[in-house]
Amino acid sequence: MMASSYNAKEEDGHNSGASNNGGAGVVKSKKPDNTAFKQQRLPAWQPILTAGTVLPAFFVIGLIFIPIGIGLYVTSNNIKEYEIDYTGADINDACYNCAKNFSWNSTMPCVCSVPFTLEQPFESNVFMYYGLSNFYQNHRRYVKSRDDSQLNGDRSALANPSKECEPYRTSEGQPIAPCGAIANSLFNDTLELYYIDSNGSRNMIPLVKKGIAWWTDKHVKFRNPGGNDNLTVAFQGTSKPVNWRKPVFEMDPSDPENNGFINEDFIVWMRTAALPTFRKLYRIIQKKSSTTPTLPRRVQIEPGTLTLRDDHYPCELQPTPNIADTPQHNRN
Amino acid sequence: MQAVLSSDYSFAQFRFLQRLLLVHGRWSYLRMCKFLRYFFYKNFTFTFVHFWFAFFCGFSAQTVYDEWFITLYNLVYTALPVLGMSLFDQDVNDAWSFQHPQLYVPGQLNLYFSKKAFFKCALHSGYCSLVLFFIPYAAVHDTVRGDGKDVADYQSFALLTQTCLLFAVTIQLGLEMSYWTAVNTFFVLGSLAMYFAVTFTMYSDGMFLTLPSAFPFIGTGRNSLNQPNIWLTILLTSILCVLPVVTYRFLFIQLCPTINDKVMFKVRQAKATLPPPPRRPRIRRTSSRRSGYAFSHAQGYGDLVTSGRFLRRPALPRSSGFAHAGRTTTSFSPMGRSAGYSPTGRPQNAKVADVEVTSLQMYRTIQDAAL
Repeated sequence: MMASSYNAKEEDGHNSGASNNGGAGVVKSKKPDNTAFKQQRLPAWQPILTAGTVLPAFFVIGLIFIPIGIGLYVTSNNIKEYEIDYTGADINDACYNCAKNFSWNSTMPCVCSVPFTLEQPFESNVFMYYGLSNFYQNHRRYVKSRDDSQLNGDRSALANPSKECEPYRTSEGQPIAPCGAIANSLFNDTLELYYIDSNGSRNMIPLVKKGIAWWTDKHVKFRNPGGNDNLTVAFQGTSKPVNWRKPVFEMDPSDPENNGFINEDFIVWMRTAALPTFRKLYRIIQKKSSTTPTLPRRVQIEPGTLTLRDDHYPCELQPTPNIADTPQHNRN
Repeated sequence: MQAVLSSDYSFAQFRFLQRLLLVHGRWSYLRMCKFLRYFFYKNFTFTFVHFWFAFFCGFSAQTVYDEWFITLYNLVYTALPVLGMSLFDQDVNDAWSFQHPQLYVPGQLNLYFSKKAFFKCALHSGYCSLVLFFIPYAAVHDTVRGDGKDVADYQSFALLTQTCLLFAVTIQLGLEMSYWTAVNTFFVLGSLAMYFAVTFTMYSDGMFLTLPSAFPFIGTGRNSLNQPNIWLTILLTSILCVLPVVTYRFLFIQLCPTINDKVMFKVRQAKATLPPPPRRPRIRRTSSRRSGYAFSHAQGYGDLVTSGRFLRRPALPRSSGFAHAGRTTTSFSPMGRSAGYSPTGRPQNAKVADVEVTSLQMYRTIQDAAL
């Protein structure tokens, strides 16, 4: 909106508004100030796209990105990975027989063994993941279905979980701890790795179950109500989630730092994945020494095997589980 | 008075119309169009990403970003930069606007924001949203951290995507802005800094412990933004979003430059080659006014006076523009005087070839093929 007393630069030395009443007193000029800000003359940088700017910029971008890309590609390909699908959907699978008739409330665990051989020895720390495909942990209603206050150890939320957890909020008249669909669908396969050496004897490989979740999750986000001791008492008045076999305070009775809500497998599962095909860290195999490979390959005539034994995740949820061993590096 | 009260614009003298149209009107049109185009672009880009994510989340309308980001995106993170652009942007300054009134033509032809421009903006947003979703998707698809822990979770993916989005739209704003004042720069960089400040605050322990259900993203910033591959993904995505735009604009400027591009190039050359205007000629006149009416029976010495041959200001080759009597500007102008003004309409100064012949009709635009 232009003011009527418009500033027409230096020639207009008089007020062109109706301010000259010829009377006494101060007559305020309506002319805007002749400052750089009001006259839109602020000092500014005015870039334009010239050939001298754009073309060198393209070259520089290329020169920076191509080596980064090559570096990342080479590093990523150096990661050794071995994937085993143990769904048991195909009739030839080792786990087919027991997986076929298994459901969430079966009393007998489904135990099956999948032998495999590694082509190359795995050095350094080896990470064991379980992976699911077509499991939509990023579905909106699923993601909402949790109560972070309850998981943080809030007693009032323990007794009265949030409405978002419906229909997994109460069971048999008691509030569920932990509530929600995410907790209810906890991955409960147990995987064990055995190394069969030249004598044919099976040696269990030690798997480390601590240090798999984020530090902030384990120490800030998830807390047991009333501290880590006496969880049975703390969780009194609540019931276990519908599809669980054991209540939450029996997740790892041998270690109070890994029991209850702060159980690391539980924390890892509660960190919902972004995409329908995902993998989550299950266990870590520590490296033994600088010279010994962590998972050696077999060099004997009879092929040696590493077997895994698992209690199967109920097939009704239709995941496609597989495990992957990845030595320590960032993998893309 | 009543006319003034009921009008959008009012001014007292006709000569003000020139400035109103050629400077302020033009800038206003330019700013409005840039603002609209950019606003549609940033919101379409923001929204289309959800469309692509829908294919991967079971069409459940799960948001790709953190809810707080969605709330604050239009409120805090992108509000001030756009405001700055729409308040301060200019393509050329007012003196050059007077010299090249052809710059007004795009406004008359409605070039900057039409259905075609809107459609191009929507296409651009579609492309950017594809890049903004699928590059983080590919980066996160099968990824783990160096210590084996998770970086492919929903919260890290949300943080990654929203950071990529903000960088991409900010760089795009930088491309749109052609007048970087200190205020603009502060708004742009301040908004980015504000994003990181707010994000880290909301993802901190303190906020979570106060209101756990409102701030569920605790720890995500610390755990994923210290990964180099996250930052590399952000860099890659932003560059990929912006590079085609830069290429397209650069090619257009080189191959079929618009009037704006040409004038802006001239401005740049003028700044580079000529000394700054404050160089005053040795002869100073008390008044630079040239207008005046004079009547006489005979022609008299009018030609001699108005030819200016006794003044030592060289007449530089004029480009275009028109002589406007009664006003001279302090900035450089090829014709520093109202030469050639003749009340009778007869061509004067015929001896001085480089002085423009004008007639009583002072204000006319000249289509200069040389421009």
